[in-house]
Amino acid sequence: MTIVSKETTFLGYRRENGRVGVRSHVIVLPLDDLSNAAAEAVAHNIKGALAIPHPYGRLQFGADLELHFRTLIGAGCNPNVAAAVVIGIEDGWTKKVVDGIAATGKPVVGFGIEGHGDHDTIMRASKAAREYVQWASELQRERCAIEELWVSTKCGESDTTSGCGANPTVGNAFDKLHALGSTLCFGETTELTGGEQIVAARCANDAVRERFMFMFDRYQGVIERHKTSDLSDSQPTKGNIAGGLTTIEEKALGNIQKIGKTCTVDGVLDKAEVPTHPGLWFMDSSSAAAEMVTLCAASGYAVHFFPTGQGNVIGNPILPVIKICANPRTVRLMAEHIDVDTSGLLQREINLDQAGDLLLECMVRTANGRLTAAEALGHREFVLTRLYESA
Amino acid sequence: MIHCILHDADDTVAVVVVEGVTRGTAMTGWVMDDDRTIELEARQDIPIGHKVALRDMQPGDTVVKYGIDMGRVVAAVRKGEHAHVHNIKTKRW
Repeated sequence: MTIVSKETTFLGYRRENGRVGVRSHVIVLPLDDLSNAAAEAVAHNIKGALAIPHPYGRLQFGADLELHFRTLIGAGCNPNVAAAVVIGIEDGWTKKVVDGIAATGKPVVGFGIEGHGDHDTIMRASKAAREYVQWASELQRERCAIEELWVSTKCGESDTTSGCGANPTVGNAFDKLHALGSTLCFGETTELTGGEQIVAARCANDAVRERFMFMFDRYQGVIERHKTSDLSDSQPTKGNIAGGLTTIEEKALGNIQKIGKTCTVDGVLDKAEVPTHPGLWFMDSSSAAAEMVTLCAASGYAVHFFPTGQGNVIGNPILPVIKICANPRTVRLMAEHIDVDTSGLLQREINLDQAGDLLLECMVRTANGRLTAAEALGHREFVLTRLYESA
Repeated sequence: MIHCILHDADDTVAVVVVEGVTRGTAMTGWVMDDDRTIELEARQDIPIGHKVALRDMQPGDTVVKYGIDMGRVVAAVRKGEHAHVHNIKTKRW
């Protein structure tokens, strides 16, 4: 008897478009690097408003610009966001982001800095943020079905214990959630190298398989075009190697444990695209932790499972990141970062089913409002994926 | 105590899952897929998370973990020795 069933509920915030969030942030979202200062000033003025600074948004073009918009709009649309204040250097692109977020029906307003300056913009944006924060503070959580909780996963600073313990724990939880009709996501395209045929075999049908292999081959092309070595200084990372991993194949075979034993891969997303039906989605994505988790936030996921071996400390401003670790040394030395300790798996003190339930119990508590370690520690890494140089 | 873990009975390496494995340590290995144990002796100090070779291997041999090809041997390694980036490399990229 597992801890979650069709009858399991959690207390979430139901948004105007029907999606359910587990946090109720009022975000101050800069369109571009130039607007970070104003956004951070607004968040300083208004307690409860959350600035999400980032370094991009100028002179991007083509697919890279589309991804920039998709990521910012997706972040604003995420159900963990109650309302958004957008600030950009000029009105045109600012309005594009505002209009994208407004499609959800949630409160959103934009401000362009040119012609006004920071002072006037900060004052007007602060007034809007104050209204939103007070409005959002009265929103109430309501009981929601467990399958309304969208869950993503990505591992980081993996070591060999990730493949033995932490990743299979996520896989066990994903198998249970998938059976209930949840909407799930994994990615890390390059970190499937050596195990891509295993993922292909798990695809629900030929159309999904073809799309998955297209994404896999596209990313291999990026590596082939730009590599100057066998990537043994980058992928696996220095941390991975210190933790005992040797090759990309070994890392990938451990990584793939996150999709469990019975889940089918039901759909494929390009970066920051939004799923259109329940099931397990593969999202083409970087394997860099903050990039991938930011893309999951932009795709609308509400809770994230992050297994780690050596102790990646990542968080995200919008998406609560639950850390799972099976390395007893890391659990001992970095306890403040670990939400779910599954090191007992490696000594056969608990079995995989019990480890999966430990994670699902933590997931429900996190959904109900308990802060994750990364939230309590203030980790808010928001990192935009870039496809190529600016114009 | 479990000192090291194999995913599959055919694996040629196992993962050390405790601290303090040194040359001469008598190790118990757990084969996860069929839930039985094996015994072997460490010939070198091996840090937690790092791998121990389960058989003698020569350059060019395929390293098997999870029952699957995870790379090639680039320097001879004997059973019980530390199997890591000094004797294993990727076949990709």
